[in-house]
Amino acid sequence: MTLLKTTDASLSFGTRAIWDKLSFAVEKGEFIALIGANGTGKSTLLKAIIGVQGLDSGSIELEDGASISYIPQHRTEDSATPLKVKDLVRLGLDGHKPGLPLPTLAAKEKVTAALSSVQALELANESIGNLSGGEMQRVRVAQAMIGSPDLILADEPLSNLDLNQQLVVSELFEQQRKKTGAAVLFVTHDVNPIIDYVDKVLYLAPGGYRMGTTEEVMQSEVLSELYGADIDVVRNQGRIVVIGTHDHAHHPGEDWV
Amino acid sequence: MPTLFDFSDYDRLIPLVTNSLIAGALLALVGGLIGVFVITRQLAFAVHGVSELSFAGAAVFLLFGLDVVLGSIVGSITAAIIIGTLGARVQERNSLVAVLMPFGLGIGILALSLYPGRAANKFGLLTGQIVTVDDPQVTWLIAISVSVLIAIAVFWRPLVFASLDSSVAVARGVKVDLIGWLFMILLGLVVAAAVQIIGALLVLSLLVTPAAAALRLSSSQFWVPVMSIGIAMISVVGGILLALGGGLPISPYVTTISFLFYLVARILTSKRFGIIGAGGRK
Repeated sequence: MTLLKTTDASLSFGTRAIWDKLSFAVEKGEFIALIGANGTGKSTLLKAIIGVQGLDSGSIELEDGASISYIPQHRTEDSATPLKVKDLVRLGLDGHKPGLPLPTLAAKEKVTAALSSVQALELANESIGNLSGGEMQRVRVAQAMIGSPDLILADEPLSNLDLNQQLVVSELFEQQRKKTGAAVLFVTHDVNPIIDYVDKVLYLAPGGYRMGTTEEVMQSEVLSELYGADIDVVRNQGRIVVIGTHDHAHHPGEDWV
Repeated sequence: MPTLFDFSDYDRLIPLVTNSLIAGALLALVGGLIGVFVITRQLAFAVHGVSELSFAGAAVFLLFGLDVVLGSIVGSITAAIIIGTLGARVQERNSLVAVLMPFGLGIGILALSLYPGRAANKFGLLTGQIVTVDDPQVTWLIAISVSVLIAIAVFWRPLVFASLDSSVAVARGVKVDLIGWLFMILLGLVVAAAVQIIGALLVLSLLVTPAAAALRLSSSQFWVPVMSIGIAMISVVGGILLALGGGLPISPYVTTISFLFYLVARILTSKRFGIIGAGGRK
């Protein structure tokens, strides 16, 4: 069953085209890695799906009644938000409903469970402003999953996390998918932490996009064609290393796709 | 020079300010509460713009012999809708408010200059009343306060979500734009009420200062509104009672008390002298 479908979605900022005729579908329960260099519109695509970014042409359709959780990219200005961790997580549960957030036992148990699953229970009464980048990411994951959404849009949920935490958080997405049947659209620079879970890769590049299984997309020929340059994709012990994408002068970490 | 504090005829004066006390307490309740959202939605400066247009509306209605509170509401809701529609982004909003504010003040001063009535009424709208809250005004204030309190209670969760975590709220299906509009209208109503008591120039001391002090002291969803309302209550009711003896406007007392609360909150949470430690972990 198709949960989300974009048809010929096009967007440009000024003279710079972000994507041109982007068409893809997300099926229920699918885990999709959204990969690409900076400036190829990965974050913008998530914003277009939730509706805060319009399109120049084309359409994005979501199945009727489907619920979405969004994990925004970490920003430092979030730290000024006067809210406790447990209250931020609770917003993900019932913040969209009218009325006061009465302290019910059921809500408290759900918040506790969500925070425990990201190993952040001890942060429950902390102000958001006091969290480190990695702590905030884990709290965001708890907030996104507590409402059992049909689709989770995660914008670089692994940034600010160390390698071990990356694996823990990646596994949480997989568990949530198994438990609730949620589809996941997961923006990342490095496919390796989620490589065992990913059904498909949506690779955005300045010259176009490609969608398919990890095996199909993460190939030297495919990426070379997308970038219009020689790219080597090397497989080693189940990991994928991409060598030679050209815009790395600014972003040295990003050749680890 | 009149004395600042004089409590000699107090038992005789208190009954005369019953209306003011009721009005002040109500205003502190809604003002302290809505102030928390004013700050989290970054509307502190916008409040000033809304209050100047509220003053303009009141002055124009006064000139034409119409209901002053109604004029106040017309002015502030107009401003709130303009700011809510055109000033979605903070930078745009600031210049928009700075443009609207002197325009509103100018219209108001023109209307007051043309008004043939007593001078005391004129300045009341700008700098606050002495003890002149009459029964119809109290009725207005009760109606406004009750409607605003009910609306905030009904929309509490989506309002918090939209104010503090906007993009996540949108994804979850919260109509953030609609909530923003609704909030501006509620704000317009509260500002119109506050202008009657404390005056257009000093509305911020009730709608921003108590909430700003409370937000320095806590990040709890429960304690921030409670403290903000408490500080507003002490400032307004205390200000009225102190002003009574001296026969002076209540506003300087109100503004000074709320300012002192903010000052103490800052000192308590400052990095150097603080005993509450705003920045660090508890």
